[in-house]
Amino acid sequence: MKFLSHCSTATALAAAAAAAVLAAPAAQAGKADNSLVWSSNAEVTAVDPFFDTSREVIVLAQHVHDGLVYWDPATGDYLPLLASAYRWVDSRTLEFDLRQGVTFHDGSSFGPEDVAYTINFGADEANGVLNYGDIKWLDRAEVVDADTVRILLDEPFPSALAYLALTLPILPEGHYDAAPVGTDGKKRYQAVPPVGTGPYKVTSFKPGDHVDMVANGDYFADGPKGKPAIERLTFRTITDDTTQIAELMTGGVDWIWGMSTDQAQMLKQAPNLTVLNAPTMRISYLTFDIKGSAGSDAFTKPEVRRAFAHAVNRENIAKNLMGESSQVIAAACHPTQFGCAADIAGYDYDPAKARALLAEAGYPDGLTFEFYGYRDRQVAEAIASDLAAAGMKSDLRWLKYAALRDMIREGKVGVANMTWGSSSIPDVSAITSYFFGGGPDDPAKDPEVMAIIARGDSATDPAERRAAYAEALAKIAEAAYWVPLFTYTKNYAFSADLQFAPTPDELPRFFRASWK
Amino acid sequence: MAAFVTKRLALALLVAIFVSSISFSLMFLTGDPAIAIAGEGATEADIEVIRRTFGFDRSFAVQYWDWISGAASGDFGQSFYFNQPVVELLAERMPVTATLAVFSIGFALLLALPLGILAAVKRNSLADRLSLALATVGQATPSFWLALMLIVLFAVNLRWLPVSGADTLAHFILPSIVLGYYASPSMMRLTRGGMIEALRSDYIRTARAKGMLPRTIILKHALRNAVLPVVSVAAVEFGFILGGSVVVESVFSLRGIGYLAWESIGRNDFPTIQAIILVYAMIYVCLTFLADVLNAWIDPRIRVA
Repeated sequence: MKFLSHCSTATALAAAAAAAVLAAPAAQAGKADNSLVWSSNAEVTAVDPFFDTSREVIVLAQHVHDGLVYWDPATGDYLPLLASAYRWVDSRTLEFDLRQGVTFHDGSSFGPEDVAYTINFGADEANGVLNYGDIKWLDRAEVVDADTVRILLDEPFPSALAYLALTLPILPEGHYDAAPVGTDGKKRYQAVPPVGTGPYKVTSFKPGDHVDMVANGDYFADGPKGKPAIERLTFRTITDDTTQIAELMTGGVDWIWGMSTDQAQMLKQAPNLTVLNAPTMRISYLTFDIKGSAGSDAFTKPEVRRAFAHAVNRENIAKNLMGESSQVIAAACHPTQFGCAADIAGYDYDPAKARALLAEAGYPDGLTFEFYGYRDRQVAEAIASDLAAAGMKSDLRWLKYAALRDMIREGKVGVANMTWGSSSIPDVSAITSYFFGGGPDDPAKDPEVMAIIARGDSATDPAERRAAYAEALAKIAEAAYWVPLFTYTKNYAFSADLQFAPTPDELPRFFRASWK
Repeated sequence: MAAFVTKRLALALLVAIFVSSISFSLMFLTGDPAIAIAGEGATEADIEVIRRTFGFDRSFAVQYWDWISGAASGDFGQSFYFNQPVVELLAERMPVTATLAVFSIGFALLLALPLGILAAVKRNSLADRLSLALATVGQATPSFWLALMLIVLFAVNLRWLPVSGADTLAHFILPSIVLGYYASPSMMRLTRGGMIEALRSDYIRTARAKGMLPRTIILKHALRNAVLPVVSVAAVEFGFILGGSVVVESVFSLRGIGYLAWESIGRNDFPTIQAIILVYAMIYVCLTFLADVLNAWIDPRIRVA
């Protein structure tokens, strides 16, 4: 239970457990039989990203299924996976040549009909796929010939490849035909056993408990995922993170993630474990009531927003509260995302300059305001403290995410510390376009910025897209519509004998892992 | 005895009907269930679709009748979260919780009865005080703390027992100790009190005068009377363990009913919550009924009360 995870007593006990076990080497069952057990706190309901959108299922799906393309975190390129080549025919049509000789785990051959079936199933709103919001730009797929398939888009959507890589694993034609019918008379698509072409086959699945997988011996070695080195892979749900730590230390599991910074520091003392702090695609930022509808016109003034940007010691918060791999950002996007310009001018930490800007905006004695947050209280308190030191005194209000988002949309929030993970989509359209393209979450609705973003969103030429987004990001920074703060990080702990490298998309690639 | 059993059965049936209506109403007490399921970001159109899909647009009476008639035939509907029949979920999870409850109550009785008898026989001695201290500590100790301490000692340090999971019976030892220890103090104190009272009574004095062995007097004569309230409390504690194992199931990663109930509340999974409440209420009703019958069988005076 989560409240236990955050309980200081539990943390202290975990520390005691660690201290007790430091001298004792953990059992290494995984290395001995070339298996790996990884654990997380999510209860998986289906190994199918259409019907369970949790991060753990996206991770599992990367192992059990393949998409048409694969995002390479090292280069940021989209490499053909089940495709052998792809091309934009026009701004609404993508064409894929398919890899030959691929078979599904049930022995059936992979072909263009499977791609068309999967895409058309997901694109049909009546089927109720849970990630429909991510793929509603899809119109349909058409078989061109025995080796080629075309995907038609409802509207120009240059980041389609990112979504095809992440959320659209290809299923065999007719996969859901045998779905059982529930007591409510509807088909239970999530009850269909998972079948993919991926590097691992599911051998046992108990919803909410575990997923057992074995390496797919027929997997193609020349693809970007490569043949898996570890023979058996198991996912276990362990909801209590201190229990996860105890299992890691006793060799019950080989790999865990998401521990607190305190827990990670404590685990670093164990010689038989590797503990890493790695970047994620989530960023933290300040957003303002730019339209002045929350009862004050203070945040309609760019000088006030710039004063906020100069007042927060972002470097300090990033290193001390997030971890060593957190980085301070100046642009309204994550540095690893396509189109996130690296040369955006930021605001240095300068409380005196912040005070001067406040005075210039008509607040020589400082200002008071309500400051909202929902995710990291420590971060919000540190920001509030920095702001107070520069003359901006806040009353911290804590809300649930959905409630706070609705209040921001309704213009009832002066300043809020928000975060955005972009659903791990490595493209600025998942963040900059979303927040500044004129949608319901756009705090500025600046017509000029919206027009530039629309240009980037509809171009298929990468250079043209980059140029448009860089121009929009510069204008957002100059006007200080947001104060981008820092990137989030994630802690990983695993057996020191495991060769594993985390990636910023938070999708652990166990098919690349091996025992030393 | 037959009249007594019939009366108790009728009472149990009334309680069952009452609880079923309350558990069904719970879904509507927090407002429109369609809004709760849709979440805060949903539009009115989304909510309307959910209302129609789940049949919330029908009258309360019709919905209740549908649900209770389904429940009577073992159909509790579909879980919103797992999208599988709730009865399947309960069938998957119940063995874990039942095993845990049986082991726990067994451990609690093994601890409570001997210590309660010892405390009564050696009244006001060091043994009595130590038993009392053990009982007090048992009730004051938070179960998650005890669970983590046992994990540290027996799983992490000594490596005698597994940390978490439900693969073997060994996985149930630590959680059963945690739950059983928490349940034992009330039974221990009742055994002690009952034994002290029984040992003072005339028939025990007579037994002693007849030269019976102390062991026979304590175990055969005194304990039979002293154990009466313990039977009732054990039944209630068993029900408590079944329903109150949320924390222990979470810490030891046991996929049981208690944990399912907790998670279902967080997910607004109403069919699952309703089914668990009803099933637990039925278990409580059955346990109380059995305890009453057992008491009446042990002590004939109760049958005419």
